[in-house]
Amino acid sequence: MVQSLDRSQGRAGGVAASAASNHGTFTGNRALQIEEPLIFEMGQPGRCGVDLPEPPKVKDRLNGLRRAGTIGLPGLSEPQVVQHYTRLSQKNYAIDMGVYPLGSCTMKHNPRINEKVARLAGIGDLHPLQPVSTVQGALELIDRLAHWLKTLTGMPAVAMSPAAGAHGEMCGMMAIAAALEAKGERAKRKVVLAPESAHGTNPATAAALGFTVKPIPANDRGRVDLAALKAALGPDVAAIMLTNPNTCGLFESEIVEISKAVHDAGAYFYCDGANFNAIVGRVRPGDLGIDCMHINLHKTFSTPHGGGGPGAGPVVLSAALAPYAPYPWIVKDGDKWRVAEDGAKVDGTPLGRLKAFHGQMGMFTRALAYIMSHGADGLKQVAEDAVLSANYVMAALKDVMSPAFEGPCMHEALFDDSFLKDTGVSTLDFAKAMIDEGYHPMTMYFPLVVHGAMLIEPTESQAKEDLDQFIGALRSLTERAKTGTAAEEFKAAPRFSPRRRLDETLAARKPILRWRPSNHPPGSDPMKQAAE
Amino acid sequence: MRYLPLTDADRREMLSVIGAKSVDDLFKDVPASARLGAKIGGLPDHQGELEVERAFQAFAAKNVSPGTAPFFIGAGAYRHHVPSTVDYMIQRGEFLTSYTPYQPEITQGTLQYLFEFQTQVTLLTGMEVANASMYDGSTGTTEAVLMANRITRRHKALISGGLHPQYRSIIETTAKWEGFKAVLSKADAEGLEDLIASVDKDTSCVVVQNPSFFGHVRDFTKLAEACHAAGALLIVVVTEVVSLGLLMPPGEMGADIVVCEGQSIGNGLGFGGPYVGLFATRDKYMRQMPGRLVGETVDADGKRGFVLTLSTREQHIRREKATSNICTNAGLCALAFTVHPTLLGEAGFTRLAELNHAKASQLADKVSAISGVKLLNDSFFNEFTVKLPKPAAPVVEALAAKGILGGLPVSRLIPNDPSVENLLLLAATETATDMGMDPLVAALKEVL
Repeated sequence: MVQSLDRSQGRAGGVAASAASNHGTFTGNRALQIEEPLIFEMGQPGRCGVDLPEPPKVKDRLNGLRRAGTIGLPGLSEPQVVQHYTRLSQKNYAIDMGVYPLGSCTMKHNPRINEKVARLAGIGDLHPLQPVSTVQGALELIDRLAHWLKTLTGMPAVAMSPAAGAHGEMCGMMAIAAALEAKGERAKRKVVLAPESAHGTNPATAAALGFTVKPIPANDRGRVDLAALKAALGPDVAAIMLTNPNTCGLFESEIVEISKAVHDAGAYFYCDGANFNAIVGRVRPGDLGIDCMHINLHKTFSTPHGGGGPGAGPVVLSAALAPYAPYPWIVKDGDKWRVAEDGAKVDGTPLGRLKAFHGQMGMFTRALAYIMSHGADGLKQVAEDAVLSANYVMAALKDVMSPAFEGPCMHEALFDDSFLKDTGVSTLDFAKAMIDEGYHPMTMYFPLVVHGAMLIEPTESQAKEDLDQFIGALRSLTERAKTGTAAEEFKAAPRFSPRRRLDETLAARKPILRWRPSNHPPGSDPMKQAAE
Repeated sequence: MRYLPLTDADRREMLSVIGAKSVDDLFKDVPASARLGAKIGGLPDHQGELEVERAFQAFAAKNVSPGTAPFFIGAGAYRHHVPSTVDYMIQRGEFLTSYTPYQPEITQGTLQYLFEFQTQVTLLTGMEVANASMYDGSTGTTEAVLMANRITRRHKALISGGLHPQYRSIIETTAKWEGFKAVLSKADAEGLEDLIASVDKDTSCVVVQNPSFFGHVRDFTKLAEACHAAGALLIVVVTEVVSLGLLMPPGEMGADIVVCEGQSIGNGLGFGGPYVGLFATRDKYMRQMPGRLVGETVDADGKRGFVLTLSTREQHIRREKATSNICTNAGLCALAFTVHPTLLGEAGFTRLAELNHAKASQLADKVSAISGVKLLNDSFFNEFTVKLPKPAAPVVEALAAKGILGGLPVSRLIPNDPSVENLLLLAATETATDMGMDPLVAALKEVL
């Protein structure tokens, strides 16, 4: 007992402080919420969570470069490690727990069969550089997924290796640069057009490749202003980068005119496929005239987000860009698969290589399992249910919140903060109050073009009764905010989460990015240290 | 369909609340020419879990898994034993199905393990600060070159011939399209390369690998000094991170940026991905780093907590002026990486490294005793290069035909270079046994 009190003192500032600030518990714990130190504060020399055999004695061949000191890793037993990370896991919100309406992120159900098949020894335990004769099934699996992606998008080719959406953007924009170079136009076409509502990755990608990013305005319907676009197009424009459905949750209704105008001007159309979930199985982007589009397998095709990755971002390419796809290419010769790696002859002039090995195989496996589970019929239903759910949320909230644009929307419902005018409650406060009600907040302050934006993406994975409860919670919160006397209450939210609002200014002003004995001396109070 | 909760009755009711006649009304903004009435043709319909699992078993049956054959391939991806606890932890739904921790109040689990991860990376590499992961070692290496170019405002990177050929290829690709100069030294199979004389006032960075692609263990202290004297940065790449349990860390040699492929710790082979990139540097370069960073702070009650920080470097804030376009990284693989060394601890990590070195030593002795086979390495950790009396690629095919995954012919990654045609790269980790090594040696004797 004494020892457990000491442990909490080291973390929570002593019995008195923790009893005062933790609703009166001596330990600082609150039932299922257990306060948890860093591993570096809990190890003991002599403990180890693995049993390894004694190494055979051999002559040292390390060129005299043995590590002189210790590494500094703490010693813990296996049960301690299990408890530590289990306790940490309980401080996270997750799709497995409920509605996760994070717009632009497509937080849909992550099926467990995907995890199971990715762990089959004949799939998960393969070396990327085994002789190709021993990995024929793996290459066939990648090609099968490629076939689905091409067919679902109506595009002739796909580059599978990009590791995530932003990496896919890099791949697609490099392919555009390569196509321009082949035409001798790379030096004169230096401008990339992107709406102000674009994901930050779009301008970041274009700028990295030496393009100047020029914003194109939106019209009052939340779509690209076609006249302004046409005026911006000229012989200096390399490409347009456009998300469709766009980040306001709307379909670009003039997209065919947009792609025609872009192509007439000699430029290419990069489509950001982050919102493909709204149209998968129902609309083929290839029919809209795009030249390339990345597909976030961790959004539309359910591979888990994993707290920020890993993802996968295959890029579908038009006939004009297909020859420039990066290595590796998976090729079928007769009934045998092979991998065309750097320097190998292929039907094109690859732009180079973007990633070691063959791409995010573990994500390919999960995505293909998801796709095969749904089939062509189920995927169409996915898009329809995702769009239906978002429109339902929009319809059920439009009298109390303020939709940014007139509907119908696609798979996301976008609101601005005008319904909070004069309440003293901000978008941030409103979002934090949702945490206390048991929900992950929606995406806030994005897209940038809408004031105090709140972007709600329910996905197809929620039952109607769960949507109704979510809608009910938001309606209650708006009602409370509109009393005009609840600002303090909102600003104090969240109150019931493992931590309350965190001081982000302090974190940035005096960055502590690792545990160090000097920052965290034994017996000191880490909280006070950080606050100083 | 088992993943879709809405019933037809739900859908009708929802449509009536919306005021739409059918779901088609909701797609009215899609141009008529692109509206598909029916499902997309030529693709199969939905299937049950049993059928899906069978399909994947069929894919798996067409592959030879290293667990079922003598196996000695490394070259940037290493087969280690991953404790069961690691895979259990990453399958907890609270970790697996959570998003990037943008709402810190309800993602302290992710944020705290990333803080632990960042600390582990600094300890292993001997550096001062590390980010919350990159996609993998290969892409991280290119990000390091871009960072060095930003810091030095120079645009010439010297790339060692001991760097993994695919990593070299990615740098070369990025150099071509992003506009800087990458000077690639020739393949350094003997481990004798000296780049000191090549460093000049235009050099932004030198990129080396330790142990090198060919397995040599090098001391880069003097190279670091030469870089710093010329105002350039030294980037040290480590593709076998277990080696850091035994070897002098790059930070002690004077490295300015260290990039590692973290797959070896906690993450399986997975046919090449997803893996996890470790990225570490000096405090003074913190604000030029790509990727996410987790920092310590306090909450409204004064309790310690963690947040994503210094995000003014990143694309979602800084847009075209960001240090990188990276957004999604390798969070869950970083968790696997974090749990494994936590289980190992100081004693376990060191012993794991000793075991790897010992197994590789045994293999080197056995293989180099074969007549006509020459070991090129005086030094190595768990991987080395041998020169065969004939081209290595057909030898490896012949070994595969005998059910042995016997190393990587260097020519696969460095094609059209006669100087590497006969070279075979062999790795042995703690998973290697005499029962695997002896058949390899016997088979090599037969096919040579």
